[in-house]
Amino acid sequence: MANKVVANAEEAIEGIKSGMTLMLGGFGLCGIPEKCIAALAARPEIKDLTCISNNAGVDDFGLGLLLKNHQIKKMVSSYVGENDEFERQMLSGELEVELTPQGTLAEKCRAGGAGIPAFFTPTGYGTEIAEGKEVREYNGKKYILEESLTSDFAIVKAWKGDTKGNLIFKATARNFNPVMAMAGKVTIAEVEHLVEPGELDPNEIHTPGIYVNRIFEGKNYEKRIEQRTVRSAEG
Amino acid sequence: MLDKNGIAKRIAQELKDGWYVNLGIGIPTLVANYIPDGIDVTLQSENGLLGMGPFPTEEEVDADLINAGKQTITTRPGSVFFHSADSFAMIRGGKVQLTVLGAMEVDQNGDIANWKIPGKMVKGMGGAMDLVASAENIIVAMMHTNKAGESKLLEKCTLPLTGVNCITKVVTNLAVLEVKDGAFILKERAPGVSAEEIKNATAGKLIVEGDIPEMTI
Repeated sequence: MANKVVANAEEAIEGIKSGMTLMLGGFGLCGIPEKCIAALAARPEIKDLTCISNNAGVDDFGLGLLLKNHQIKKMVSSYVGENDEFERQMLSGELEVELTPQGTLAEKCRAGGAGIPAFFTPTGYGTEIAEGKEVREYNGKKYILEESLTSDFAIVKAWKGDTKGNLIFKATARNFNPVMAMAGKVTIAEVEHLVEPGELDPNEIHTPGIYVNRIFEGKNYEKRIEQRTVRSAEG
Repeated sequence: MLDKNGIAKRIAQELKDGWYVNLGIGIPTLVANYIPDGIDVTLQSENGLLGMGPFPTEEEVDADLINAGKQTITTRPGSVFFHSADSFAMIRGGKVQLTVLGAMEVDQNGDIANWKIPGKMVKGMGGAMDLVASAENIIVAMMHTNKAGESKLLEKCTLPLTGVNCITKVVTNLAVLEVKDGAFILKERAPGVSAEEIKNATAGKLIVEGDIPEMTI
């Protein structure tokens, strides 16, 4: 019988090789596949990775761990402001960075996963992002052609999943995870709670298991908070 | 002259009941503190939430619940989560009635620059280019001049652009201005600020017609 369940992150990342393109879900540190990233950081011989991820982690957590090991050759992101090592490698030319508008990045993943190789979007028209891209006018408005993205591996983090690979995300930890799950040749899902088929309500599943090839339950999630903002209980 | 909170208060007066609104980082975020009584607006956070509430109490903090500025937040009753492609579908699709964002420069044609300064570390545009791409109603919240005292309301933006022909209104510490037909049109003066002072602080084409009222905050 087909089995998508793997024991842990080390097993899940089997087959990821130097030079491959990875998609990694998350927004800031929220909803990042922290177990698989840590497992990749423990395999420093895997290098020259192209990582498609909205952000690049912080110095000692998330993708920052791979940056510190010089495992990443290129980042495709929309915002990379929270990481000193990233800045150092970018300015020294060690790290290539392709900045992509956030909505365009999300749509590139969604479309790539949906079998649509390119699309016209108004985002970035008239800016340096549009340089070299085809422009078309529809109903008096200008649009630029953006090419979709796929990856060798997509690595996502969900709240709950079942052994069929069906996924449910929690709150804003959903972010890029569902669209990246669609766009991996191999998609790995790490989840906080892995359950048997039938335990998740089919009405409430966000990502159908057809997109997921490997799944495992991670233990002791750190879920670090980047900006802890609170109000007093009275106010 | 207004401070940052004053700018936010004035922008809050633009809100209409039932609107979906996206507030950018910085001064725009402050607008949420001044939503008038009786006006029900739903705040969109582009990382995947409609119905953003205030910051959590210490007990309510949830690492899985943040806003686009990566701050911990709460939700309001009737809120909904969605993925990033859905989030920008509603933004690009024109469903969000008002976007408020900060800027380094705005020009008289409605172009905006707010993501990159040549020679400095480039952090990225995040969702800004998407937010300005199709919204009908974009208000820029910013100081009228930069730290060097130079006007941020220009004839033509000098910094790399975020979007073209997209800004409809600018609220600064000195004035409320509309951007229309290749000019800034002065609509209101900040308390104690003369039209002359606004003119001197505006490098782009400024139209001052008749008596310009002082804004009420």
